[in-house]
Amino acid sequence: MEAENIITTEELTKRFAGFTAVDAISFNVKKGEIFGFLGANGAGKTTAMRMLCGLSKPTSGKATIAGADVYKQTEQIKKSIGYMSQKFSLYEDLTVKENIRFYGGIYGKTNAFIKEKTAFLLHQLNIENEADKLVASLPLGWKQKLAFSVAIFHEPQIVFLDEPTGGVDPVTRREFWNLIYQASERGITIFVTTHYMDEAEYCNRVSIMVDGKIEALDTPRGLKETYNATTMDDVFLQLARKATRADV
Amino acid sequence: MRTLQFLLQKEFRQIFRDPAILRIIFVMPMMQLLILPWAADYEVKNIKLVVVDHDHSDYSRQFVSKVTASGYFLLNTYTSSYSEASQQIADDKADIAVEIPARFEKDLVKESEAPVFLAVNAVNGVKAVLGAAYLQSIIQDFNNGIRAKWIQMPRLSPEPNIEVVSSNWYNPLMNYKWFMVPGILVVLVTMVGSFLASLNIVKEKEIGTIEQINVTPIKKYHFILGKLIPFWVLGLIILTIGLLISYVAYGIVPAGSFFTIYVFAAAYLLAVLGLGLLVSTFCSTQQQAMLISFFLMMIFILLGGLYTPIESMPTWAQWITRFNPVTYFIHVMRFVILKGSSLADILPQLCIILIFAFVLNSWAVINYRKRA
Ligand SMILES: Nc1ncnc2c1ncn2[C@@H]1O[C@H](COP(=O)(O)OP(=O)(O)OP(=O)(O)O)[C@@H](O)[C@H]1O
Ligand SMILES: [Mg+2]
Repeated sequence: MEAENIITTEELTKRFAGFTAVDAISFNVKKGEIFGFLGANGAGKTTAMRMLCGLSKPTSGKATIAGADVYKQTEQIKKSIGYMSQKFSLYEDLTVKENIRFYGGIYGKTNAFIKEKTAFLLHQLNIENEADKLVASLPLGWKQKLAFSVAIFHEPQIVFLDEPTGGVDPVTRREFWNLIYQASERGITIFVTTHYMDEAEYCNRVSIMVDGKIEALDTPRGLKETYNATTMDDVFLQLARKATRADV
Repeated sequence: MRTLQFLLQKEFRQIFRDPAILRIIFVMPMMQLLILPWAADYEVKNIKLVVVDHDHSDYSRQFVSKVTASGYFLLNTYTSSYSEASQQIADDKADIAVEIPARFEKDLVKESEAPVFLAVNAVNGVKAVLGAAYLQSIIQDFNNGIRAKWIQMPRLSPEPNIEVVSSNWYNPLMNYKWFMVPGILVVLVTMVGSFLASLNIVKEKEIGTIEQINVTPIKKYHFILGKLIPFWVLGLIILTIGLLISYVAYGIVPAGSFFTIYVFAAAYLLAVLGLGLLVSTFCSTQQQAMLISFFLMMIFILLGGLYTPIESMPTWAQWITRFNPVTYFIHVMRFVILKGSSLADILPQLCIILIFAFVLNSWAVINYRKRA
């Protein structure tokens, strides 16, 4: 049975003062999928993702997130998604526990829920001893794993991850992807951008964005066949080489 | 409501965990209140004096020693040539010349009154004018003293009681501090309101946490209240600390009621917080927010009547002061603290400030919505 689409976009476009950052992209993401959203620096990934999260208004085109329209129903969207932005997004001057409690609280979770889930999460991330330390004192990899766990703390239907593993060592990246798989198994749809091609292999389907347009969209295996390549790296290079947009 | 609780809890935690903010809260009021009133003091001391004595009598010497004993004057030169004195003023070596006429003692003895002539160096206007005023009051005092002496002579009272009368005659020192301190309190409260609040919000933009907040179902008004309330409380704390310091350091107790001060301050803080919020919607980095706040503070302070009386400003500047919330608070503080004005007396100012608060906050909220 075909899973239903949880993200749909049609000719979605964003222009900044005459510059088209996202150029009429159309794609669907199925419920429960791990969807890799690839593209070189400046391709327009973050811009597209911010439109899908209801953070910025599209210039034109259509998009729905879990059935909610990105123009009119942004409040509804916000209830059904989690988002981990490219910038680090926890409060460094609050402790691990305080951060979790804060985000749980503003999503309207009960104290009992927060308490129970916090204990589980600290155990899962193996940071029980760091629970009362300031987030600023944690290593980057731990912070990123914590940020991910906080982004899905309220059990959203979809989580958007914008380069969640940037600058993280390979071992921690593997651990991070284990967390992603666990979330995926619980039915959370994953929408993730990355610059690491090994991570692209972990995705169910992958799109590759070049200069604001989606140039290719398929399973990693399908892409490799189409482009006659042995690795995703190769596929990416073939496509990204076409880019005319200057690197940021 | 519960959302707001979580926001406030977070905000207060961050504020009280930030050593820079704590320093600002406790050290800034101390520094400003303990140092500024002294440094920015218009009281004039060390006025350089030239005395041209044509009389060389007992009384003329008594007069000069009385002038120098007042503590405001430094006797630079004692001469009998007027041209030497005017040369000293021309060379900026003296601020004031006093000319004692030849008939000084005789006139005093005969008519209990004698004229002296003053020439002032108007380059430093404040010093010259105030110096002349001091001198006049001393001369008057001296004349009175002489009269007293004549009357008291038969009663075997060799020391006429001149000193005491003179020291109470004119006390600019105390008045001046009382005048400055309420104004400085206003500056403090304004800084906390607009500066700290806008910096705090822009900091969240800079580090990216505001994106994270914007993607949650938090309502805009929750977020804004979550920012306003802590800084509103901080503003009142600063005011309290400031009032305490002014009492301990200068013995200033408001002639009016604390209630009036706090009611006005509460409304005033809403206005400056609205301004801070507005500034934050225009800025994306803390530097920008700093620069804008700094620029606004300069204008507010210079055109708020803290140092320069508004009445002595040109008409166009007076017109600007009406759009400056600081003007109203300084006015109210001085009137409540020095004159004892009641809430009813300051009602017009209170209404104007509430209008400021309404306009600035609405503008900020509208602007904030657009960005999100
Ligand atoms: N607010 C904005 N105003 C103007 N131009 C913008 C704005 N935001 C992004 N851009 C431009 O749009 C283009 C796409 O940016 P975007 O951040 O979406 O790229 P990205 O694919 O996420 O890149 P990266 O891999 O570096 O994160 C860039 O050229 C960027 O300069
Ligand atoms: Mg990006």
